[in-house]
Amino acid sequence: MIGLLGELTDSLRRFLERLGAMTRFFGQVLWQSPAVLLRFRLVVEQVYNTGALSLVIIMTCGLFVGMVLGLQGHDLLQRFGSEEALGTGAALSLLKELGPVVTALLFAGRAGTALASELGLMRATDQLSAMEVMAVDPMRRVVVPRFLGGVIAMPLLTAIFIAVALFGVQLVGVQFLGVDQGSFWSQMRGAVELADVNEGLIKGVTFGIACSLIAVFEGYNAEPTAEGVGRATTRTVVISAVVTLVLDYILTALML
Amino acid sequence: MRQSRAIDVSTGLFVLLGFAAILFLVTQITNREFSLRSDSYRLVAQYENVGGLKAGAPVSMAGVTIGRVESIGYDMNLFKAIVTLRIDARYDAIPNDSDASIYTAGLLGGQYVGITPGNSEDAYRDGDSVEFVQDAIVLENLISKYLFSQAGKDKATEAPATQE
Repeated sequence: MIGLLGELTDSLRRFLERLGAMTRFFGQVLWQSPAVLLRFRLVVEQVYNTGALSLVIIMTCGLFVGMVLGLQGHDLLQRFGSEEALGTGAALSLLKELGPVVTALLFAGRAGTALASELGLMRATDQLSAMEVMAVDPMRRVVVPRFLGGVIAMPLLTAIFIAVALFGVQLVGVQFLGVDQGSFWSQMRGAVELADVNEGLIKGVTFGIACSLIAVFEGYNAEPTAEGVGRATTRTVVISAVVTLVLDYILTALML
Repeated sequence: MRQSRAIDVSTGLFVLLGFAAILFLVTQITNREFSLRSDSYRLVAQYENVGGLKAGAPVSMAGVTIGRVESIGYDMNLFKAIVTLRIDARYDAIPNDSDASIYTAGLLGGQYVGITPGNSEDAYRDGDSVEFVQDAIVLENLISKYLFSQAGKDKATEAPATQE
């Protein structure tokens, strides 16, 4: 009984310790960010790594998410005889919810793991220590550009995801199932407001910050072993997914 | 060098795609029209009830969109809704006794403000308020009016019978 309690307080302490360490890490990253932005070359490379390389998976998944949404939405709306509302429903659910969240989960799976394993491997092979020896700040040279690259790429990926998904909805709804094209778009335009688009982009930026931070933190602080790198990668995905969904609830409650 | 140029190209492509997607979302699926020239003037109209009218809804004349609803507010002193209309500067000769009414597009469509021209010689200018307005028609009010008028008729026919 006492052993169990001890374990519980132990793991709580470890959790708080990690949370504190991550907050401190976030502060350091933010502090270094303006200086790194001046050397934009490094950031552009990371926008390529996290954004351009995730493009294919984001677009493929976006297309299929949109197509499923078109199919499901049509089936549901048909019961009320209002298939024309498909555009409105799909656009709002994609902008406010599905777009940012699914993009963030895919981002964590594609780019987050790449960042974490890369940094973890650098740690394991002493590349980070070697940089310190050469008086190169690894935070400034390696960590912060990767973080900024992710933060820039995420909202763009979110927008691309939503646009492609809307194309998928239109493909299934209008081309396959015969919803009227005119009312599909005009009802959508009548119901969607600029605030909805902003909500999606704000969520995209927030999830981008969270997922990139988690990935670079876990990678940078990975145990310098093969097993440690693997564990850091796993933790990146798991923590990113949980944090994304929790943040999503908070942001939705704030902006509803 | 060559590899870094390839990276630049695909990064540029990605960023371009991203911004194109944002532009698409902002202009194509919302009711905002992206106009770089913002030549327009404002009119203010007071309504008892605006129904489902929303900011961004079209303002039309004879079915042609000539502007947008800029904002909808509520005046606590007048107990009325204050609707600000932004009219494109091209349409600068609308008679200043024209009326602005709230209509519904289609059976379940969105609501819009329709302007019917009046006979005045003078035109509306920036900041003018519209004198003649017609509120949005609320379906429940119509139904209840109809029901009450029916009930009144029934009583009227019943009343003589009970007196006898």
